[in-house]
Amino acid sequence: MVEKSSYTKREDGRKMDETRPLRAKVGIVPSADGSAMFETGTTRAIAAVRGPRILHPQHMQDPRRGLLRVTYGMMPFSVWERIRPGPSRRSQEISKVIEWALSSIVDLSEFRNSVVDVFIQIPQADAGTRVAGINAAVMALAHAGIPMKEMISAVAVGKIDKTLVVDVDKEEEDYKEGEGSTDIPMCILSRSKEIALLQLDGKISPDDLKKVIEMGKKACEKIHEVQVKALKEIKE
Amino acid sequence: MAERKIVVPGETIITGEDYLPGNGTKREDEDIVANKFGLVDISDRLVKVIPLSGRYIPRRGNTIIGQVVDYNMKGWMIDFGNTNKGFLQVSEVPWYINKNELLDHFDFGDVLVAKVDSVTARGIDLTIKVKGCGKVEQGILININPNKVPRVIGKEGSMVTTVKEMTNCNITVGQNGVIWLKGDEIDDELKAKKIIEFISENSYVDGLTEKVKEFAESLGKSKSKKTKKTEDESVEDKE
Amino acid sequence: MEVPNVQKQRIIEYLKEGKRFDGREPQDYRDIKVELGISKSSEASCSVKFGKTEVYAGVKMALVTPYPDSPDEGTMMVSAELSPMASEDFELGPPKINSIELARIVDRGIRESKLIDVKKLCVKEGEKVWSVFVDIIAINDDGNLLDVAGLAALIAIGHAKLPVYDEKEDKIEHELSKDSLPIDKEAASFNITLHKIGDQIIVDPNLEEEEISDYRISLAVASKKGKPMITSIQKGKEGTISSEDMEKILNTLEEVWNKQFDNILKLVFEK
Repeated sequence: MVEKSSYTKREDGRKMDETRPLRAKVGIVPSADGSAMFETGTTRAIAAVRGPRILHPQHMQDPRRGLLRVTYGMMPFSVWERIRPGPSRRSQEISKVIEWALSSIVDLSEFRNSVVDVFIQIPQADAGTRVAGINAAVMALAHAGIPMKEMISAVAVGKIDKTLVVDVDKEEEDYKEGEGSTDIPMCILSRSKEIALLQLDGKISPDDLKKVIEMGKKACEKIHEVQVKALKEIKE
Repeated sequence: MAERKIVVPGETIITGEDYLPGNGTKREDEDIVANKFGLVDISDRLVKVIPLSGRYIPRRGNTIIGQVVDYNMKGWMIDFGNTNKGFLQVSEVPWYINKNELLDHFDFGDVLVAKVDSVTARGIDLTIKVKGCGKVEQGILININPNKVPRVIGKEGSMVTTVKEMTNCNITVGQNGVIWLKGDEIDDELKAKKIIEFISENSYVDGLTEKVKEFAESLGKSKSKKTKKTEDESVEDKE
Repeated sequence: MEVPNVQKQRIIEYLKEGKRFDGREPQDYRDIKVELGISKSSEASCSVKFGKTEVYAGVKMALVTPYPDSPDEGTMMVSAELSPMASEDFELGPPKINSIELARIVDRGIRESKLIDVKKLCVKEGEKVWSVFVDIIAINDDGNLLDVAGLAALIAIGHAKLPVYDEKEDKIEHELSKDSLPIDKEAASFNITLHKIGDQIIVDPNLEEEEISDYRISLAVASKKGKPMITSIQKGKEGTISSEDMEKILNTLEEVWNKQFDNILKLVFEK
C-alpha cells in the first residue's frame, strides 16, 4: 500500500508543476558588455558579463581558446541571517557548477588568451538562487554577443515528503515532515534538451527522479520563453 | 532585402537546403540556426546574424582610434579599448622618427587615428601610413557600442555625412566605437555627440534618417541642407 | 581607455564657460532614482541611482557583546563591495583600498553625525547590544560612487525596522517589528563630494570628470538650526587645495546644501 504524502497543498496556491511568477530583464548594468536580471517569486538574481578581455595573470591564459570564469555571490542582506561578505565554500562550488553548465553551450574558440567573466549576485533569496543565477547569466552572455550554440534554462525541482514539485521555495526547502525535502537543481539546453547541471540533496527513488526531471524539462521550456522575450524586448 | 527580426542563440532562423550559413549562424540538418544574439540579415541565400552587442574584435583594414600607453625604441603601444592593444612601429609612420625622440612625436595620452595592418598570435600591428590617419589634435572623443558603427556611418557614408552637414563638424569614426568630433565650437561638437548617440540608440528603427533629421532640428538652429533620402536602411556589413 | 589629453582639454575649456558635456551646470546633480525594498529579508534595503551610477544598500541587525569602553551602546559597521560587475577597473578578490576607503568615508559621515541613537540599542548593559550592519554593493559605476553609496546607506538606515526579538528565548525572529531603528532624524548628514577640474569646482562627476579631476573632497553635512554643519571630511587624490579653492569649496558646499538638503531628507525618511 503506497502511503500518501503529507504535502498536498503549496502555501502560495501553486500547482505542483507550476513555477513561481517569472520576470526577466536585459541590460540592467549599462557599463557591462551584457547583463540581465531573472526572478522567480521573490528570488532574484542579477548577472553581468565582461569580456572577452585579456586574462591576467598570464600563466592562466589558454592559447587555444577563451576561458569562462563565473563568480557567484549572495548579498549580505539577501537572507535573514546576514551573510559575511566574501567568497564561501558554498559560493565557490556554485560558481563552478554554473561555469560547467554555461561552458556546455558557449564557444570561446575565437578568444585566445582571453577570459569571459560572468558575475552573478543575489540581492534577494528565497531558494533556487543558483538556478535563477544561471537563467540571468545565459541572458547576459547572449546580450554580450558571446557565441553559443543554444541557450540554457534552469529550475530547482524537488520532492516534498512524497510529492514531486517544480520550483522549490524556501518554506518547501525547510519542510521536515515525512521524508522531508529533496532539492534538485537542474539545467536544460534549449534545443537538444540535454542536462547541463544536476545536483541533489535529500532522498529519492530512481523512478521519481526520472519523473521529476521530466517535470523540470517542461518548466524549463516555459522559462526559456521568458528569457527569449526579455532578450527580444531589448530597447537598443 | 534586409530582415529586421531579432534572434537568440539556438533559434532556427530559416529552413531549407538552399541557404548558406554566414556569420553568427550554423547549419543543423535542414535548419540554419543562430549562434549569436542579433539581427537576421538574409541577402540572396546567405544568412547572417548581425550582432547588436558585444566587444569590438579587431580586423585587418579597420580604422581605429586609440591612445598611446607605452613605447619602446621600436614604436608605441596603443590602447584602443577593452584590453585591445596594438603596436605602431616607427616604420609605419610616414615621416622620419629619430628613435630617441619617439615621445616628441606621440606622447603618453596622445590619441591617434590608425589602421589595423595585421592581427596575429603575436599581437595587433597598426599603421598610420594611410590617408586620414594621424594624431588627434583637438576636439572631443565619444564612445559608442561598436556594433552600431555601421549604422552611424550609413550606406556609403551617407549617415555620417548628414551629421557632418548638420553640425559643421569633422567626424572620424573608429570601428572600435571611438568617434572623433571636431568643430569650430564645442557646442557643435556636443550637438554631433547627441545626434550620434541618438543614431546608436535607435539603430534598427525604420526611417532612421528622417528621425535623425527631426532630432537634430529639435536640438536647435541647424543649417541642414536637403540631403538625398536613403531609402534602403540596410545595415552595412564592413567585412 | 583612460581619458586622453585632448578630451581633458575640452572638458576644462567647456567648464570655463560653466558648462558640462551632459548639459549640466557645475552644481547640478544627475537624475536621482530610489527604489526601496530590494530584499524582503533585510531590515531595510534600497537601490539608488545618480544617472547611470547604481548602488544597492541594506541593513541587517544582530545581537553582539558591546565594546568594553562603551558597554551600553550599540555598534555599527559599514562594508562596501565594489563588485567587478560594476566596472572594468574593479578586480576580483578581497576588498581593495578603493572599497575600504568608500566604506570608511560613508561610515564616518553617519557615525560622527550621531544619526543612530546607540544608547537605545542597548538590550543588557555590558552583555548584549544591537549591532547595525550596513552593506553597500556597487552595481554600475558611472562616476561618484561615493555619494551614491552615502545616500543609499542613509536611506537604508532611515527606513530600517528592528527585527522581532524574543527576549525570553533569546531568539531573533525572521520578521520585522513595527519599531524603527532608533535614529535622530535631526542629526542626518549627507555626503557631498566636490571635484576640482581646471578652475571649477563641480558636484556629482560622471566617470570621465571623476578621472581627470585634480582632487576630490567629500564632506558629510548635517543641519544645525537651518545652517550646514560639517561632520566629516576626506580629501582624496594628489592635487592640492589653495586657500582660494577652500573658499570656493565652502561656498559651493553651502549652495549645494541649500538646494539639495530638503530633497535628500525626504528621500531618506519618507516611506
